[in-house]
Amino acid sequence: MSNQNAIQTGNEGSFLDAGRNYIARVKGGETGSLPALLGLVILATIFAVANPIFLKPINFANLLTQTATVTTLAMGLTFVLLLGEIDLSAGVTAGLSAAFLAITMSNYGVAWPIAAVIAISMGMLIGFLIGLLVAKVGIPSFVVTLAAFLAFQGLQLVVVGKGGLIGIDAPPILAIMNTPMPLAFGWILLAIVFLSYLGTSIYSRRQRTSSGQQNKPLGILIFRSAAILVVGAGFVSFLNVERGANPAVTSLRGVPYVVPIVLILLAVGTFVLNRTKFGRHVYAVGGNAEAARRAGIQVSRVRITVFMISSTFAGIAGILMASRQASVDAAAGRSIVLNAIAAAVVGGVSLFGGRGRLSDAVIGGFVIAVIDNGLGLIGLASGLNLAITGGVLLLAATADAITSRKSRTS
Amino acid sequence: MSSDTPVIELKSVKKSFGPVEVLKDVNFSVRAGEVTALVGDNGAGKSTLIKGLAGIQPYDAGTILFEGKPVELHSPRQSADLGIDVVYQDLALCDNLDIVHNMFLGREAAHTGVLDEGHMESEAANTLTSLSVKTVKSVRQKVARLSGGQRQTVAIARAVLWNNKVVILDEPTAALGVAQTEQVLQLVRRLADAGKAVIIISHNLQDVFAVADRIYVLYLGKMTAAVKKSETNQADVVGYITGAKTQEVGA
Repeated sequence: MSNQNAIQTGNEGSFLDAGRNYIARVKGGETGSLPALLGLVILATIFAVANPIFLKPINFANLLTQTATVTTLAMGLTFVLLLGEIDLSAGVTAGLSAAFLAITMSNYGVAWPIAAVIAISMGMLIGFLIGLLVAKVGIPSFVVTLAAFLAFQGLQLVVVGKGGLIGIDAPPILAIMNTPMPLAFGWILLAIVFLSYLGTSIYSRRQRTSSGQQNKPLGILIFRSAAILVVGAGFVSFLNVERGANPAVTSLRGVPYVVPIVLILLAVGTFVLNRTKFGRHVYAVGGNAEAARRAGIQVSRVRITVFMISSTFAGIAGILMASRQASVDAAAGRSIVLNAIAAAVVGGVSLFGGRGRLSDAVIGGFVIAVIDNGLGLIGLASGLNLAITGGVLLLAATADAITSRKSRTS
Repeated sequence: MSSDTPVIELKSVKKSFGPVEVLKDVNFSVRAGEVTALVGDNGAGKSTLIKGLAGIQPYDAGTILFEGKPVELHSPRQSADLGIDVVYQDLALCDNLDIVHNMFLGREAAHTGVLDEGHMESEAANTLTSLSVKTVKSVRQKVARLSGGQRQTVAIARAVLWNNKVVILDEPTAALGVAQTEQVLQLVRRLADAGKAVIIISHNLQDVFAVADRIYVLYLGKMTAAVKKSETNQADVVGYITGAKTQEVGA
């Protein structure tokens, strides 16, 4: 690639050039989740100063389990948001699947793995029906999912019974959110994450080299690998610190089981979005549905599938929710969907479609959880807490609207 | 197929919308290696003629010969399979994707479901290089960041990448400035020189005369003129377009 006139691939130049390109992109409006990350650091600093408990390992572990349900929902919702659609029913779908999980286990004595599969499949089925109504009948997704939001609340009430509460007692389900993994598992998890990143990166570099193409500067790979190692090691060692109130009686240390679950969803979802035809078609339909249709993409099939993915993630979120509360009540999942949408948007997923990643939803989920958790620790009235979350969402949506307008007029 | 056989030949094509006859016994032919301009005033039937070729709006009657053989064009898929591609005025690009992604949209290269980005990237770069495109710096730029001329270039290059025999360009220069118009017209010329049959629809006679080999004029649904550029001039063509002059076509 010494030819000066050759068309470039954006991989040319040194590590510093790559850095400069990144800054230029951020200035041009492609900020991704950077504002959310900065916000996260600022919020965490404020809360840590205001109340030292914020930085205690017990609170950090709490934060992780608090955010897991919202984050899982938000990752599923990201697929729908990428199409410029919305799914208001994801929260109640999670509630309903939690109820199915609890009832099949406690009333019918179904084994927990089967009950979990039933709960998740029910989510998938709900998504299929919503997708059908949106893609084939042509009802706006806002209306379809609002109707589902209302109807499923009623169904939940019927299934669980008014004021009812169904307990969960299957230990593996309870363990997901409440029991930490053995200490070594945390390090093994980090090793798997690190090695799979390194492995896939080196593999794709080899492929590019063998077909004579320019690779990104090696510095980027080294920088990212080092970042994964440092941040990951920090996480694991912090979570491996004893955090039980009374360690002599019950020891509480280690990474919660929910962490690998969320990481697997993140990895699989990201792979699907970035590396498969389907993922490319999701971005294409979200960017310009007419262009996608003319290019021969089956737009309605993509639409139905994203709603199925969103509801499947909701089904999984339902299991997490049931695990955390060790029970399911008639109102489970009612309010959570708005937090999940806020998480995705705050993280940098566009409401206009075509822009956003699953990792954005995870970072946004952290921001929402930190606001909730931190304000609780400071002892602010919970009304203020909601108002601030609303304000942050509005801020993120404003940034989104301005960025989208900029890229459309340029 | 002899070298004189047109790639596409329309014979006595008709199309009506209710009582309105939009195309009345239209004859039209396009040859490989030539730029054929289709001109006419608003409502003359240009779009209807093109939509028939694209398979979007089939003709009511008439014969379509593709490389001398009769064919049916009832769906966009049939047109695409024959190698007829339309680059529409609104370009049909996805702003949020990069140039490579747009050029391979709907026809991504993949191994067992996993995208082969390397292959797509080099193919896209090769196609742009083969068209001597110098205005595009990197194939990994988002289309949203491109100028009007660059976007048109990407849309045309996409048609070339898929080895289409017939490329139909709908008002390719309508939204462009002087320098970019010049670049796109050069690209159109190179397409024809590479052996494609190019149909260009334009209101701008200067552009038409700059790039076309043959000029067809539609007037109120009738093909009123089919002339070689070398045998006519702008004043005559304006006459055909406004209906002040007519020429017996197909005689």
